[in-house]
Amino acid sequence: MSVSGTLERRRVGPFTSNAHRVRYYTVLVSLVIAAIGVTLLVMSWDNQFELFSERWWRVSKMRLTSIIVMALVTFCQALATVTFQTVTNNRILTPSIMGFESLYVLVQTAIVYFFGASGLVQFGEFGQFLLQVTMMVLFAVLLYSWLLSGRLGNLHVMLLVGIIIGTGLGALSTFMQRMLNPNEFDILRARLFGNVGNAETDFLWFVIPVCAVTGVTIWLLARRLNVIALGADIAANLGMQHKRQLMLMLTLVAILMAMSTSLVGPMTFLGFLIVTLAYSVTDTYDHRRILPVAWLLGYVILSGAYFLLRHVLTVVDAVTIIVELIGGLVFLIVILRKGRL
Amino acid sequence: MSSPVTPIRRVTNVDALRRRQPEKPKSLLRRAWPLALAVVLTLGLLTVSVFTGVADITDTVGRGHEFTWITRIPRTSALVLAGASMAMAGLIMQLMTQNRFVEPTTVGTTEWAGLGLLLTYIVLPAPDIFTRMAVAIVFAFAGTLIFFAFLRRVTLKSSLIVPIVGIMFGAVISAISTFIALQFDLLQTLGSWFAGRFTGVEVGRYEPLWIVLIIAVIVVVIADRFTVAGLGKEVATNVGLNYERIVLLGVGLVAIVTGVVTVVIGALPFLGLIVPNLVSLVRGDNLRTNIPWVFLTGIWVVTVCDLIGRVVIMPFEVPVSLVLGAVGAAVFIFLLLRTRRVNVR
Repeated sequence: MSVSGTLERRRVGPFTSNAHRVRYYTVLVSLVIAAIGVTLLVMSWDNQFELFSERWWRVSKMRLTSIIVMALVTFCQALATVTFQTVTNNRILTPSIMGFESLYVLVQTAIVYFFGASGLVQFGEFGQFLLQVTMMVLFAVLLYSWLLSGRLGNLHVMLLVGIIIGTGLGALSTFMQRMLNPNEFDILRARLFGNVGNAETDFLWFVIPVCAVTGVTIWLLARRLNVIALGADIAANLGMQHKRQLMLMLTLVAILMAMSTSLVGPMTFLGFLIVTLAYSVTDTYDHRRILPVAWLLGYVILSGAYFLLRHVLTVVDAVTIIVELIGGLVFLIVILRKGRL
Repeated sequence: MSSPVTPIRRVTNVDALRRRQPEKPKSLLRRAWPLALAVVLTLGLLTVSVFTGVADITDTVGRGHEFTWITRIPRTSALVLAGASMAMAGLIMQLMTQNRFVEPTTVGTTEWAGLGLLLTYIVLPAPDIFTRMAVAIVFAFAGTLIFFAFLRRVTLKSSLIVPIVGIMFGAVISAISTFIALQFDLLQTLGSWFAGRFTGVEVGRYEPLWIVLIIAVIVVVIADRFTVAGLGKEVATNVGLNYERIVLLGVGLVAIVTGVVTVVIGALPFLGLIVPNLVSLVRGDNLRTNIPWVFLTGIWVVTVCDLIGRVVIMPFEVPVSLVLGAVGAAVFIFLLLRTRRVNVR
């Protein structure tokens, strides 16, 4: 099909040509196949029983939790990063620089610091988890409404203040950790060490519906994201209350990030990695097209890395660190090739 | 003098004429007394630092007084050297990038120095302090140049993007360091290296820090060139300055300071950022006259933070980087919000 032919028909929509559409769906379908493949691989590696037999299930059930955790984490990271990048109009940022993980550490430390190790028990596991998530979302919303709304609202100032608050909170929690007695510190350390292998899985019944609701909301609002992506002026011209939409979207991002961080701890570059790759393979700007690809891609990458490192190379706890390393290197390459920020 | 017709001055701008009303020339004494007062205050603060600690150094009968020369004086000198030089490093970087939010910890220089330090430990079994420093300096230099090269290549929509990208850039380097440390089972020691602290400073263990004094002297001598370079490449070249060479020299000096301080003390977050900004908030932007103030303010900030760290859980200590991190973050945010107000006006 020639270029002039496509122009004559004046297409409206996310794809510029039929070839583009075909390519997108090929990518999507192959990602679905790859995701299923990796899942089966993780579940049946070294599992000598017949596929899907009763015994096979018994073995793979243990690994199912990791699979669910990885699916959830990549879901949160992918959706949050796509939304965050659109809202900030910047392709190299990820929401994790906004100080979420420092807040996570601070909340945990503060509980032990003020209430002692027994405080952890007193609060109850779920109470603590809820406190944590509430604090994170509250922090984000306060930050947005303070620095983003009103006459002086400025996105870049908000970002930088978020990062700096993160650093300050990090210093504050290390400070408090120094004042703890060694026993309490040990207990705290064990709690802070998040990983795919020993993720906080007791509250999946809570995390899954929250993620689902937030994800569906983002999906339903994806068209607004398309408008926001055009920039503040054009969005306002098209009749959108830009700042209000920004705050709504960032709140959704905060919820997703809180879920992800409370599951496996901080991941700085995972979101960046998957979203950058997703944009480059799909070559579309329609959020409804980019969101599923980003999630699937993230899942394939994370669980692929998990499979390779855990079952083939048998390096157990390094999964997140290595994914971070790859993401960081991709970040460097992208940033050095970019011409405009 | 008494002629009724005043001579016509060729000034087109009336305001400029009015502003050029002769100021009363200040006497040397009047110009110098604030600085003299500040120096006296600094010396007072340093004396407090010398006398703070568990051992009583006024005790001449027992062994208390021996600590004066073993730890207290070295520690106080280290505070002076590290505080003044890191503040100066921040000042130079801010001039060269023409960006108020740039300093060694916001563009990854410290992280690069840390990576270099880590690699020396892995390659050599027991590297001496000069090898460690040399490698840390080389890494800091290379890393800063990479970031500067990046800054020159991209068009930036906002000056606030620079520190945001710089912090992410630093995070990449930390990710690499974490990965390498994990491979070699150094993850636990990594954290304690990077936390800046003056706890271990004593005779025989901090002397390389005096290197930064040489750098400080060089900077004071060629301060004007950095001021001109701070006006931008076009202006600097127009007045006959080799801009590239000055930038390279500046990065080199910053790298040496950062490398030495990182190896001997550790990271001192935000110091290079808040000090020059606070000074120029009060005194404007003349580098030549600001330099002594930047040195003194750097010393104050570090000494006060170190005193807090020493007193708060006596007889134990909190690393100065933690106090500095918390205090510095608050000051940084204050500065940011202030620019926001000014921009709207």
